[in-house]
Amino acid sequence: MNEIDLGTVNWARAQFTLTAMYHWLFVPITLGLSFLCAFFESIYVRTGKEEWKRLTRFWMTLFGINFSIGIATGIILEFQFGTNWSNYSWMVGDIFGAPLAIEGIFAFFIEATFFAVMFFGWERTSKGFHLFSTWMVAIGSNLSALWILVANAWMQNPVGMAFNPDTARYEMQNILEVIFSPTAMSKFTHATSSSFVVGALFVISISSFYLLRKKHVEMAKKSIIVASVFGLLAGLFTAFTGDESAYDNASSQPMKLAAYEGLYEGSRGTSIVAFGILNRGWKVDDGKSPFAFEVSIPYGLSLFAKRELNGFVPGMKDLIYGNQAEGIMPVAEKMQKGKAAIADLAAYKAAGKAGDEAGRTAALTRFKTNQEYLGFGYLSRPEEVVPPVATTYYSFHFMVYVGTAVIFLFVFFLMSAAKDRLTENRWLLRAGVISFFLVYLASELGWVVAEVGRQPWAIQDMLPVKMASTNIVAGNVQTTFVMFFVLFAILLLAEIKIMLKQINIGPEGA
Amino acid sequence: MIGKLDIVTLQQIWWILCSVVGSLFLFLTFVQGGQTLLWQVAKDDREKALIINSLGRKWELTFTTLVLFGGALFAAFPKFYATSFGGAYWVWMLILFTFIVQAVSYEFRKKPNNLLGEKTYELFLLINGSVGILLIGAAVGTFFTGSNFTLNEYNQVTWTNSLRGVEAAFSLFNLSLGLFLVLNARVLGAMYLVNNISFKGAKELEVRIRKSCLTSFLLSLPFLLYVIVMLVMMDGFATDQNGAVAIVAHKYLNNLLAMPLVDVLLLAGLFLVILGVTRTGLSNATTGIWFGGLGTVLVGLAIFCLAGFNNTPFYPSKVDLQSSLTIYNASSSHYTLTAMTYVALFIPGVLAYVAYVWRQMDSRKIDAQDLADKKAY
Ligand code: HDD
Ligand code: HEM
Ligand code: HEM
Repeated sequence: MNEIDLGTVNWARAQFTLTAMYHWLFVPITLGLSFLCAFFESIYVRTGKEEWKRLTRFWMTLFGINFSIGIATGIILEFQFGTNWSNYSWMVGDIFGAPLAIEGIFAFFIEATFFAVMFFGWERTSKGFHLFSTWMVAIGSNLSALWILVANAWMQNPVGMAFNPDTARYEMQNILEVIFSPTAMSKFTHATSSSFVVGALFVISISSFYLLRKKHVEMAKKSIIVASVFGLLAGLFTAFTGDESAYDNASSQPMKLAAYEGLYEGSRGTSIVAFGILNRGWKVDDGKSPFAFEVSIPYGLSLFAKRELNGFVPGMKDLIYGNQAEGIMPVAEKMQKGKAAIADLAAYKAAGKAGDEAGRTAALTRFKTNQEYLGFGYLSRPEEVVPPVATTYYSFHFMVYVGTAVIFLFVFFLMSAAKDRLTENRWLLRAGVISFFLVYLASELGWVVAEVGRQPWAIQDMLPVKMASTNIVAGNVQTTFVMFFVLFAILLLAEIKIMLKQINIGPEGA
Repeated sequence: MIGKLDIVTLQQIWWILCSVVGSLFLFLTFVQGGQTLLWQVAKDDREKALIINSLGRKWELTFTTLVLFGGALFAAFPKFYATSFGGAYWVWMLILFTFIVQAVSYEFRKKPNNLLGEKTYELFLLINGSVGILLIGAAVGTFFTGSNFTLNEYNQVTWTNSLRGVEAAFSLFNLSLGLFLVLNARVLGAMYLVNNISFKGAKELEVRIRKSCLTSFLLSLPFLLYVIVMLVMMDGFATDQNGAVAIVAHKYLNNLLAMPLVDVLLLAGLFLVILGVTRTGLSNATTGIWFGGLGTVLVGLAIFCLAGFNNTPFYPSKVDLQSSLTIYNASSSHYTLTAMTYVALFIPGVLAYVAYVWRQMDSRKIDAQDLADKKAY
C-alpha cells in the first residue's frame, strides 16, 4: 500500500472536525425548532387566533436563517468522504454509500420541497396544506437524521457485512441489520431527542431575554410554555437514550466507555465516578488509574453499563493487555494476527497474479482464520487503541451534568408559568438565557465523546483512521482547511448578526 | 423480481438511474442560469426582487438533486466516487465552494445587518451560476477526454497532475462543454422566469428576458457544435471482452452508430430545446421551459449513455488505460445494488409529490404581492 502521510491524515481530520462541528451548530436547532414551529402552527390552526400565527411566523423566520446555513454546511460533509477519505470510501462504500443515497431520496427532498411551502405558501396554499407542509419539514429533517446516523452508527459498530478478498473491500450482506443495528437506534433517538432539548432552549432563551426586557411579553410567555413541555419530555427521553447509548457502548465499543468513564482497571461490581479530576500528564503506560481526585458510587458502572450489580466492565488495562479470566485477548496478539492476515492477503493476490491456484487457496484459508483482526495489523503499538482520555472524559461529564440540570430547569419554568410568575422570577429567566449556550456546548461535546472516543478507528476494529485518507499532498488539504475556516467564520458571523437583528426586531415586525 | 436480476443488468439500471438524476440536475440548473441573468436583465431593485424571489422558491431542489447525484454515485459506483472525488480534488472542492456560498445567499441577501452587503451575495450567486456550472461541465467532459490517475491493486488512487482535476478545464473540449452548460442554463433560466413571473407592470423586463433566451442560445451554438463535431471525430476509450482498455479511433461515433436509441434521445432533445427557445424568444408563449427542460434531460441522458454503454469506460484514465473505470468494475456488490433498486422504486413517488407541490405553489405567478411579504428574499 502507499506510504501514509500523517500530515494529510491530520489535516483531513481537522477539516472533518471543523466542518462537522460547524454543521452541527445548525442541525440541532433545525431538528428541534422545526417541531416547535409545527406545534405553534397547529395551535394557530386550532384556535384561529392571529397572535399564534404571528408567533409562528416569528420563529419560522429564525428557523429559515438557521436552515439555509445548515444546508450550506451539509453539502461539504457529503462529498468530503470522497475528497478526503477516498480509501475509506472505496473500502466501505458498498455499505456506507447506501444510507447517504437513501437519505437523499427519502429525507432531503421532503425538506427541500415542503420548506418552500412553509416559507412562501402562506397565501398560496390552504391553511391545512400549509400546516401539513410545516409538519413535513419537521419530519423530513428528523428522517435525514435517521439515515445519517445509521451511516455513523455503522462506523461505530460495523454489522451486516463481510470482507471480500477479491475486491479487498467490505461488502454488505444484510441491509436491515445495518439499519436496525442497536447502535443506530440509540444514536438516532439520542441525537434527535437531545436536539429537541437544544431547540426548546433556543426558544426559551430568546423568550426569557424578552421577558427580562419586558418586551413581547404575551408572545414570550406562550412560547416558553410550549417549549418547556416539549423540552421536559425530550430531556427525560435524552437521559434515557443516553443511558441506552452507554449500554450499547459497553458491548460494541468498550474502550470508548472505559475512556469516558476514566476506568483503568476493570472489575466486577465496578463503581462509577460521579465527580473526578484527572491527573495532568497521565498516560496509559503509567500503569495506574488516571484520577487525581474522585467521588465514586459503588456498583454504579456495572449497573449503568451492564445492567447488573456484578457485571464485569473492562478497563483500559484489560482491553490493551488482555484479561484471561474474562476472555479478553491482548491487543498485541490481535496485532500479530492482523499482520498475518495482511501478509496472507498479499500472498493471495500474488498467487492469483501468478496463476498459482493451490497457493491461492492456501493463502485464502490462512487469511480467513485471522481476517477479523485485519484492522489491528495496521497499528504500530498496542497502546494506540486508547483514545484521548481527558477529552472524552470531560466532554462526557459536561454533557451529563448539563443534561440532568436542564430537566430541572424545564420543571421550574413550568411551575413558574403555572403560578403565572414568569415575569417576576428574574433568576429563572437569566438561567433560561444562559442555559441555551450550555446545552449547545453539551450537544457539540456529545459528538466529541462519540467521535474522539472511537479513535484510532475510522471503523471500529476494522479500519484505522490513518489508513482511510486520500493519497494527496498535505498542502492541498491544509489549503482547503484554511479556506473553509475563513469562509465559515465569515458566514457564521453574518448569520449571528442577522439572527440578532431579527431577534431585536421581534415578532411584531414579523 | 428485482431479487432475480443479474449483476450486469443491475449495473446498467444504476447507470441509467444516475444518468436520470444527473440529467434532472442539468434541467434544474435553470436556477444557476437565472442567477447569471440577474445582472443583465434586471435594471432596478424591483425587477431584481422578482427574479430572486422566483428562483428562490426552487434553488433547494437543484441543490438537493446535486446532493442526491453524489449520494447515488457513492452507493452504486463507490470506486468512481472514491477515485474522482479523491483524485480530482480541486475541481470538486471549487464546485462545492460555489454551492456553499449559493445556499446562504438567497436567505441572507436582503436581511438587515447581513455583514457582507447585498452586492456580495449577488456576486456569490453569479459565481455559482458561472464558475460552478463551468467546472461541472469540465468534470463531465473528462468522461470523454480522460483523467490523470492510476489505481493500485488495492484500488487506491494516485493523481498524476498536481492541479488535481483543475487541469480538466484547460482542455478545449471540456471547456466548450462547460461553457455550453453555462449558456444552456441561462437559456433555461430565461424560459423558467418567463413562465414563473407575472410581468404586470414590468413588460420591459419580460422583453429583456425573452431576448436573452435567444442570445444565450445563439452564443451556445458554437460550443455545442464544437462538442458534437469533436465527439464524432475524436478517438475514444474502449474495453474488449476481457475488460482490457485501448484507444479506439472514432469510438464515440461508433457508439452513436451502435446505439440508435441514443441518437433519438440526442436529436429529440436538441429539437425540443430549439422549440423551447423559439417559444420563449420568438413568441409570447410561457411554456418554453417544459420543452427546454425535457430537451435538456434527453440530451443529458444521451451524453451519459454515450459515456457509459457499449463497452466504454465512463471514467477513463489517460495515464494508465487499465485503471479506467467502467460501470462493471466500479460498481457496488450484487447485494447492495439489489437492495438499492428496491429503494429506487420510491423515486417516482418522490417525483410525484415534488411535481404536485410545485404546481400548488406556481398556480399563481410571482407578483408584487409576494415581494411585499416579510419573508420575501
Ligand atoms: C442528526 C442529524 C444530522 C447529522 C449527524 C448530520 N446532518 Fe446533515 N443535515 C441534517 C441533519 C444531520 C438536517 C437537519 O437535515 C439538515 C441541517 C439543516 C438542514 O437544513 O438540513 C442537514 C443538511 C444536510 C445537507 C444538505 C441537504 C439538502 O440538500 O437539503 C447535506 C448534504 C448533509 N446534511 C449531509 C450530511 C453529512 C454527509 C453528514 C455526516 C457526516 C451530516 N449531514 C450530519
Ligand atoms: C454532525 C455531527 C458530527 C460531529 C459534530 C462529528 C464530530 C467529529 C469529530 C470531532 C471528529 C474528529 C475526531 C478526531 O479526529 O479526533 C470526527 C471525525 C470523523 N467523523 Fe464525525 N461527527 C459528526 C457526524 C459524523 C457522521 C454522521 C459521520 C458518518 C456518517 C462521521 C464520520 C466521521 C469521519 C469519517 C471522521 C474522520 C475520521 C476521524 O478523524 O475519526 N461523523 N467527527
Ligand atoms: C442526561 C444524560 C446523558 C447521557 C447519559 C448521555 C450519554 C451519551 C453517550 C454515552 C454518548 C456516546 C454515544 C456513542 O458514542 O455511541 C452520547 C453522545 C451524544 N450526546 Fe449525550 N448523554 C446525555 C445528555 C445529553 C444532552 C443533554 C445532550 C445535548 C443537548 C446530548 C447530546 C449528545 C450528542 C449530540 C451525542 C452524539 C451523538 C450520539 O452518539 O448519539 N447528550 N451521549
